[in-house]
Amino acid sequence: MTSIAKPFARPHAEEHEDPREHLMHDPLPRGQMNEMVMEAMHATSWKFWAVTTFLTLLVIYCVGYEWYVLIMQGQGVAGVTRPDYWGVFLVNTVFWIGISHAGTFISAILRVLKVESRRPFTRAAELMTTFGLIQAGFSIFMHMGRVWLSYWMLPIPNERRLWPDFHSPLMWDLLAITTYVLCSTMYLFLPLIPDLAMARDRSTGWRKIFYRALALGFRGTEGEWKNLTTAMNIFAFAIIPVMFSVHTIVSWDFAMATRPGWSSTVFGPYFVVGALHSGMAAVAIVLFILRSTMKHYKYFIRPEHFNTIGMLMLMVSMAWAYFYFNDYLVPWYGGDKWDKLVQEYTEKGPLAYLWFTMLICNIAVPWLLLWNKKWRQTPWLLAIAGLLINVGMWLERYLIIPVGVTITRNPFTWRQYYPRIEIPMTVGVFAFFLLLYMLASRLIPLIPVWEVQEGQESHTLRKIGKASVPAISELE
Amino acid sequence: MTTDLKSPGFTNQSEEELGGRWGMVIDQDLCTGCQACVAACSMENNVPFVGEDDAGYGRAMHWIRIERLWEEAEYPEVKMTPFQPMLCQQCHNAPCEPVCPVYASVHSASEDINLQVYNRCVGTRYCGNNCPYQVRSFNWYDYSDARIRPELTTLQNQFNPDVTVRRRGVMEKCTFCIQRIHRAEDKAKSEGRDIIDGEFTTACAQACPANAITFGRLDNPESKINQLTAAHPSRADQVHAELGTLPRITYLAGGV
Repeated sequence: MTSIAKPFARPHAEEHEDPREHLMHDPLPRGQMNEMVMEAMHATSWKFWAVTTFLTLLVIYCVGYEWYVLIMQGQGVAGVTRPDYWGVFLVNTVFWIGISHAGTFISAILRVLKVESRRPFTRAAELMTTFGLIQAGFSIFMHMGRVWLSYWMLPIPNERRLWPDFHSPLMWDLLAITTYVLCSTMYLFLPLIPDLAMARDRSTGWRKIFYRALALGFRGTEGEWKNLTTAMNIFAFAIIPVMFSVHTIVSWDFAMATRPGWSSTVFGPYFVVGALHSGMAAVAIVLFILRSTMKHYKYFIRPEHFNTIGMLMLMVSMAWAYFYFNDYLVPWYGGDKWDKLVQEYTEKGPLAYLWFTMLICNIAVPWLLLWNKKWRQTPWLLAIAGLLINVGMWLERYLIIPVGVTITRNPFTWRQYYPRIEIPMTVGVFAFFLLLYMLASRLIPLIPVWEVQEGQESHTLRKIGKASVPAISELE
Repeated sequence: MTTDLKSPGFTNQSEEELGGRWGMVIDQDLCTGCQACVAACSMENNVPFVGEDDAGYGRAMHWIRIERLWEEAEYPEVKMTPFQPMLCQQCHNAPCEPVCPVYASVHSASEDINLQVYNRCVGTRYCGNNCPYQVRSFNWYDYSDARIRPELTTLQNQFNPDVTVRRRGVMEKCTFCIQRIHRAEDKAKSEGRDIIDGEFTTACAQACPANAITFGRLDNPESKINQLTAAHPSRADQVHAELGTLPRITYLAGGV
């Protein structure tokens, strides 16, 4: 079964870097790694509780109270008006669905492609998927005029034989996002089972009950591992098309409309790449925070992992720039006057500074910062780049939705949109994401220990002549 | 659900040939921009007053509005376009219909006009976004609720009992005064005849002092609107006809 696969990292011949810098070549005993992860989960300083309390209050006020006001008084408390019927709430929806793509990309595509450096941070990325989708769902419901009737969009048999309209892109959206939520939650849960069992065996009290319920009686027998690996393989392959389809379908909300600037055939791939762009950047931020706040995580998350993410960020940024340019080619060749007006308004209108900020954040920042390996391996630099890219990607959605729809085919209705209650509610949604993540970091083992150990066991240093060459043996 | 075998999908007839049932002709040369149609429509259809602040923010909910545009220039040289009353064009291929996830924006097969089912609407506002004419208006607040706005208590007495009062969070739009259409249809049916062209008209057409708005039957070649269109072939035009929406309102262009 053992065969020499591709070397783990391809160091330049002259660099002679120490293989021990790599997590996979710096193995620790399983028990010690388990203890480290458990300890990181239990350790809570007063700072943790202070931040959690602050975020909870923020969520209660900005999501709870403000949403209550929005529901009781109507959408008028938001800034939306004719012709900007869609505002920041849908910007947030698209943004969070974009963020959620990172987890699937990292854990499914990199798992299928056997990229070894993914091992310690798949869980952190998958958790972003689930929590990002929760925020996207909240944002959609905030947007609806009569949210208490939103279940009418579900195909529930009723005595009036009313049925949702499957012609509507919003129905495709609903189906795609629901599928994605279910798939990604299951895909988060499957690789979590061995770690939950590990936590169950090492905890007492309410945690023991919690983990025992979630671990589903996993004992780590050969048969259980075989079933689990099969299930994970099926899900890893099945979720990839779901991931690509979900943001394509979200883009169809816009591409299928008759609005100038929206009805573009390039929107599908363009949105998917944009989603990966913001998702990768968000992973960089989350890994930086985890590494600097969680105990022992400096062992698991190393500069090499930031290097991997940095390369992905740079690559995705280039792909995004290509698709963004493509989005311009269509109106340029089409010559539709309304498309041209939308472009002129975006680039020269009163909000042109947003357009320039977006270009700087999405293209200039990654291209100037991420070409250098030393810089890529600096976690704080990568976190700043990630933050700026996310600002840029949020602005990109803002430019497409409320700024783009300012120009309609009826010039009499042109009107600038200004967010009102959307601002605190956006803050609340972001705080909610952070709060969920912080709580989860103390409840769920964020490092997949079994996956790290599996990687460490398969990596060996082979002596070839005088040089020691990193080698991987295939476990399957 | 039964399949309608007479629908265009099952016959050789193209959708363009269907021609529609109710239509309107608006003569922009006659329109004086007096806004009588706007007021009459608001009274007839219980269109709420949104108040000064919201109207200033572009939330006025009129189902019909008088549009007038001008080119930027110094005062005497300002070039104005003729007044253009803009209301729902009752498209045959309405862009607002297929995007609604709950069938709140529906096509009336019998009247061939576009209707909004208020109590089915969940407020996604996709229809408003997708309307090229931007003639749908959304209830941003409970504008008609006197419990919230006590100044409306006496104004509630003038509500038209034939028309629903809409609550917050639903989209609404011009219905070609569907309540008047139904009343005329009921009367004609009880008298055992077809509706005569000009027997009734919409509130906007009724109120227009210059007779710029004419409402009538599209499926009757003798009707007044068909005669008007035929009499002014060079002026007759439809807004955004290039989108293939097949609007049922014909404008007789002004100032030419």
